[in-house]
Amino acid sequence: MSGLTGKKIRAVIVDDEELARQMLREFLSGHEEIEIAAECANGFEAVKAVTELKPDLIFLDIQMPKLDGFEVLELIGTDRAVVFVTAYDEYAIRAFDIHAVDYLLKPFAAERFEIALQRARQRLGGKLPAPTELSSSARPPSQPLERIVVRDGARVFIIPVAKLDYAEAQDDYVALATEGKKHLKQQTISSLEGALDPSRFLRIHRSYIVNLERVTKVEPYSKDNHVVVLSNGTQLPVSRSGYTRLREFLDQTRAR
Amino acid sequence: MHPLFTRPRQLGLYLLAWVPLAGILVYLLTGGGGLSLGEATAITVPLCLVYAFVCLAAWYPCRAIPLEKSGFLKLLLTHLTAAALLGTYWTYQAKEIAIALAHFWPRFAGLNLRLATHTPLLWITGVLLYAMSVTFHYVLLAEQASREAQARALEARVLARDAELKALRAQVNPHFLFNCLHSVSALTSSDAGKAREMCILLADFLRTTLRLGGKETITLEEELALVRGYLAIEKVRFGARLQMEEDVEKNVTEALIPPLLLQPLVENAIRHGIANLPEGGVIRLSAQEKGKVVSILVENSFDPDSPAPLKTGLGLDNIRQRLDTRYGLEASISVRTEGNRFQVSLRLPAQQNGVMA
Repeated sequence: MSGLTGKKIRAVIVDDEELARQMLREFLSGHEEIEIAAECANGFEAVKAVTELKPDLIFLDIQMPKLDGFEVLELIGTDRAVVFVTAYDEYAIRAFDIHAVDYLLKPFAAERFEIALQRARQRLGGKLPAPTELSSSARPPSQPLERIVVRDGARVFIIPVAKLDYAEAQDDYVALATEGKKHLKQQTISSLEGALDPSRFLRIHRSYIVNLERVTKVEPYSKDNHVVVLSNGTQLPVSRSGYTRLREFLDQTRAR
Repeated sequence: MHPLFTRPRQLGLYLLAWVPLAGILVYLLTGGGGLSLGEATAITVPLCLVYAFVCLAAWYPCRAIPLEKSGFLKLLLTHLTAAALLGTYWTYQAKEIAIALAHFWPRFAGLNLRLATHTPLLWITGVLLYAMSVTFHYVLLAEQASREAQARALEARVLARDAELKALRAQVNPHFLFNCLHSVSALTSSDAGKAREMCILLADFLRTTLRLGGKETITLEEELALVRGYLAIEKVRFGARLQMEEDVEKNVTEALIPPLLLQPLVENAIRHGIANLPEGGVIRLSAQEKGKVVSILVENSFDPDSPAPLKTGLGLDNIRQRLDTRYGLEASISVRTEGNRFQVSLRLPAQQNGVMA
């Protein structure tokens, strides 16, 4: 607590229902040390508010328009205290995985809210755990990724995986090529590979994942190397092991 | 094993049926100056007793070549061969009995020689008795098949009813309740009157769901009242984001439909449509009757960018299944997306107060 004395905790409330926001406002009104920096009614607003205002604490609903609560966190990182507020109990394990401070089930009592607040104060007083690689942990592993969310400043792009042509590793980032544009996202190419549907996307190179629906042909490039040509004319290098995987896939589709 | 052996009563009846047959045989053997009554009886009784069981073997060929599925020639050849063989066996058996009787009792001496004149008669009776047994077995098999069909039909009905009950029970979504209670909880301090109103709306909705859910059919108007109650509650949560349009023709309000048919569709429209739109949207419900068919359309705005929800299918499948068990091919449900509009259309046969309109 010593690091925070004299300094207010700045909180953001994110919920698409006015009454739910009103309730949090009411419960927080008795706490002078907490200042409500913003209220957001959907995921886009939340990303914008958190990016610009850098609050200490977020009260976050999960089921919301545009971006759900986990997608919001994926874009803004977890280096701040998060209290989930939701009517659904099935996300509790995922919330635990990303070190959420607490998980409030609607409807909740004022006493229960106080406990959550107490935990948040403790978390903010101590050291925050290092941000985890959210994109892999924030989603049930059985379910392949359906869309990728990317943030550019306070702007958010949603890329349905069907529209992703390929992904290219660039240091700590991946460049996602879609509809003639490239979006940069802070994520390793391996974790992206693990999240994508393996029957639709293939790692053809240490630095490349390709959308198999886009591949029109595979051509020899040099003695040991190949390139794939995508429907928009883009050529991507294929490594030797990538070529083996590609051949396996093509043989399987032909067999079917 | 032959089914008669598992039912002693029926086996007894079957054996009893052989008594008059044995009587006729005795009559035939004594007629025309043949055997004496005593001799004929002494041969017939053991002969028929054994043959009664032998004839049960007809069950196997009868089961192997069912009447309606087998060719006439195959049927004829199989049973004629079996009949000829069994007739021969039966004649031979009669002779053996006569020899045994002649051997053990002096009063039956020469019985086998006297019986020999009746060989053609015996053979023909043996063949005829087998033919009767075949007829009997085909009747038995037909009866068994019809009983099985009845059991299957009953089972199908029970399954259909089960599915319907399950569908009904799944109607009231617990998360809807949790969110409602949260709204009530929020209202208690800011607007106690509104909180009370919400409690009453919720109680009315739950009570109506229970009451209507127990019925076989309800009028469209009753269902619409339920839907309006449901929307009034959601309106408290979503405020201006939720808008409703209703376009129901007068002549269709008395049409009979299965209960809780539209409420889940409207719930889907909110969960997967309106709830994903920051600015909200419109749910449009229209119904009309044309040419003995009731058409109902539930339409809502949705965000084409939001990922296809995995669970949408479930509610629709439930409704499809319920319509299927109740109306078969006469009813249908179809789903269409047009730009940012999502449409579910239902067609079902027009019925009013249990009478086909």
